[in-house]
Amino acid sequence: MPKLTINGREIEVPDGLNVLQACELAGVEIPRFCYHERLSVAGNCRMCLVEMERAPKPVASCAMPVGEGMVIKTDSPLVKKARNGVMEFLLINHPLDCPICDQGGECDLQDQAMGYGFDRSRFQENKRAVKEKYMGPLIKTIMTRCIHCTRCVRFATEVAGVEEIGALGRGEHLEISTLEHAINSELSGNLVDVCPVGALTSRPYAFTARPWELRKTNSVDVLDAVGTNVRIDTRGREVMRVLPRLNEDVNEEWLADKSRYACDGLGRQRLDRPYVRRGGKLIEASWEEAFGAIGDRLKGLPGSKIAALAGDLCDAESMLALKELMAGLKSENLDCRQDGAKLDPSQRAGYLFNTGIAGIDQADAVLLVGTNPRWEAPLINARIRKRFLTGGLRVGSIGAPLDLSYPVADLGAGPRDLAKLAKGEGDFAKVLSGAERPMIVVGMAALARPDGAAILHLVRQVADQFKMVREGWNGFNVLHSAAARVAGLDLGFVPGPDGRDTAAILDGAAKGEIEVVFLLGADEIDMGRLGDKAFVIYQGHHGDAGAHRADVILPGAAYTEKNGTYTNTEGRVQLGRLAAFPPGEAREDWTILRALSEVVGNRLPYDNLGALRQRLIAVNPVFAALDSPATADWADFGAAGTPDTAAFGAAVENYYMTDPISRASETMAKCSAELGLGPQTKATGTDG
Amino acid sequence: MKITSFRRDEAQDFAFTPENLKKAKAFIARYPEGRQASAVISLLYIAQAQNDGWLSPAAIQHVAEVLEMAPIRVHEVATFYTMFNLKPAGKYLIQVCRTTPCWLRGAAALSRTCQDKLGVGFKEMTEDGMFSVMEVECLGACANAPMVQINDDYYEDLTPERLIEIIDALRAGEEVPVGPQGGRLCSAPEGGAKTLPKVPPGAGKGA
Repeated sequence: MPKLTINGREIEVPDGLNVLQACELAGVEIPRFCYHERLSVAGNCRMCLVEMERAPKPVASCAMPVGEGMVIKTDSPLVKKARNGVMEFLLINHPLDCPICDQGGECDLQDQAMGYGFDRSRFQENKRAVKEKYMGPLIKTIMTRCIHCTRCVRFATEVAGVEEIGALGRGEHLEISTLEHAINSELSGNLVDVCPVGALTSRPYAFTARPWELRKTNSVDVLDAVGTNVRIDTRGREVMRVLPRLNEDVNEEWLADKSRYACDGLGRQRLDRPYVRRGGKLIEASWEEAFGAIGDRLKGLPGSKIAALAGDLCDAESMLALKELMAGLKSENLDCRQDGAKLDPSQRAGYLFNTGIAGIDQADAVLLVGTNPRWEAPLINARIRKRFLTGGLRVGSIGAPLDLSYPVADLGAGPRDLAKLAKGEGDFAKVLSGAERPMIVVGMAALARPDGAAILHLVRQVADQFKMVREGWNGFNVLHSAAARVAGLDLGFVPGPDGRDTAAILDGAAKGEIEVVFLLGADEIDMGRLGDKAFVIYQGHHGDAGAHRADVILPGAAYTEKNGTYTNTEGRVQLGRLAAFPPGEAREDWTILRALSEVVGNRLPYDNLGALRQRLIAVNPVFAALDSPATADWADFGAAGTPDTAAFGAAVENYYMTDPISRASETMAKCSAELGLGPQTKATGTDG
Repeated sequence: MKITSFRRDEAQDFAFTPENLKKAKAFIARYPEGRQASAVISLLYIAQAQNDGWLSPAAIQHVAEVLEMAPIRVHEVATFYTMFNLKPAGKYLIQVCRTTPCWLRGAAALSRTCQDKLGVGFKEMTEDGMFSVMEVECLGACANAPMVQINDDYYEDLTPERLIEIIDALRAGEEVPVGPQGGRLCSAPEGGAKTLPKVPPGAGKGA
């Protein structure tokens, strides 16, 4: 614990810090451009110069480790003069185009020029001009503005693990380049955030808004199951952009591209009024007509002929309201696992990412089973990479071949290889048994198949075999790809004792045993399997697969348009907040269900969100503890059996199009075309 | 060991000859296992020599493949060092030293002579593909200023007239003696020794 003096104040700081960090601890802000706390130190912008006693000249505080007895001055005339000089050099080649720059108003260079800039230029020569570089459909470049901090190069190489950005040339002629390719990374949007100037800006957001005219709402993301903390910037009813919010335990300060850029999908293909199918055609209707049509159809129908499926983006409140609505109709046919994942709802530990996202930092061996974290949860993948970079992490994978940003041992393709591993065969078994904190991560590609329960049981066996669950450590992890899944399982949106699960509901509907199917934002099922006899009620926000099949459409709210509770894959309960109102006649989902309950004759007992949340907590107390890591007792789950031998497929076939919002997004369409993924092979309903 | 992911372009029309590949392997072998990227400059140099004196994108790509590096990393190196030519260079690459000692002794006239004689600007190639010219910083032969480097050889103590003769001779395929063109030996004084006319006796002898 070295002691040092900063501006005449003594302070003791932890070992291994640099002077800049020590100054921050002392409450002194140091201007910087190239230094970023999550990237390696480059020390090339020189903005963080401070005066150090016994040093012949100012030192770059970001690159100077703290030492015992250092005397640092940050407010001396020498420091001021040095920083003024650096700023003048930086501005030599920086264009004066702030009025047309998208970074204007949130630009580090603009802000710091207020403190250290000279009021005129002494530079008589021509400014350097640099041609725009192509970096794909997400990143817009204005490279003349670049100040050569190399944060983008370091971010891509270190955090994203994608070596596709480099600095070509030298000195003043240095240029940042991707060799004119789109950046093949799911984290590329963060380049916009790390760039301290307006050189890299968001292409879809270009010239659309100014930061000071946006209303900022703190919320959570639902386009994957990570539960990334986001800030939603809106102007009027329109979501202009989504930015990450700091949460060390979940997303640090990053955000995956789909979550950041799919927001233009919120304005397209929206369901803004109820529809009722008459004579084979969906006709615009009023709420009364829509509810009336549902009420007529449900009248006298036994519960066993009614079923409900909840989709991937649902909030807990609406799922609870639907569950209780179904209970009122005496139906036990409900399922929130529309992909058919054989998750065991009886044991919470059996469907959570028990280690926690932050827990990955302690793991020393990771076994991936039927999962591609890069596409299913890019931020969890980034966390594994971060752990890998600290050294000593071994990763193995059973499933489809992966291109991740760290070395992965390919251990086979299917359940047979998993069974072998469970018997302790192979080199990786030795790695796992020698590991102090081993983890297993099982993805939906392994569980969302008919033999999923047997595979879950097998995974559990592997976890037990290698003592992955031990004192103070639970290495059993389920990686969900749907934001609604954990909350759905927590509140019991699963078939009752005599109820049908997703597959049985679909079969029943095709055979005519189920007459009414209520889809709450469920678009990922094969609508063809519903047959054409069933009466389908679709409540959701986008005209996607479900709405095309529906007989009655109830327009709901997207995640930015409602106050909702979401539980991420690690069981962390977080609140999403209303950032903009739903379009047209659309309403918050729970209110629709509450209103419908009156029509079908079983009034739900809550009249406001507070009462509904009370009920939610009564159903499962986990909903009471917000933003706290989950702890679940280890118990038996899964069902013993012999899994099929078929290899694991892919849970996510196209990262950029996984849900109604991203399928409606033009930006995501461009991304999937650009990065060679093409349209999703599964039928989506929007393609014909 | 692969610790990042990156784009792999399809194989292009450049590959080391077996001979050069052997040379490249020898360079790679100088570095510890897993540190093969350290050989990047040597390999780029070999590639440049094989590719008629310049590095095409395909050549850079091939070096990246041999070293299992991200192509962008190799591009960074190739664009950083001035001794890698990223545009086609002539059979004879004339590098005129223009740093202070040479400049004081008339390097600017040499540059002008080259451009006038060959009819090209800096970093351009003559139409017949024989010559290209560039100005470089100090080549370390200040005692024999002014000088140029043509391919691997130094031509020192130049005058514009002598440089024209050299260019003509090279174009005609004649041998040109390398080194000082004014008749002196290396950097010995012009017109014979000016100091130490007599070799002094060694220490302790005849003192």
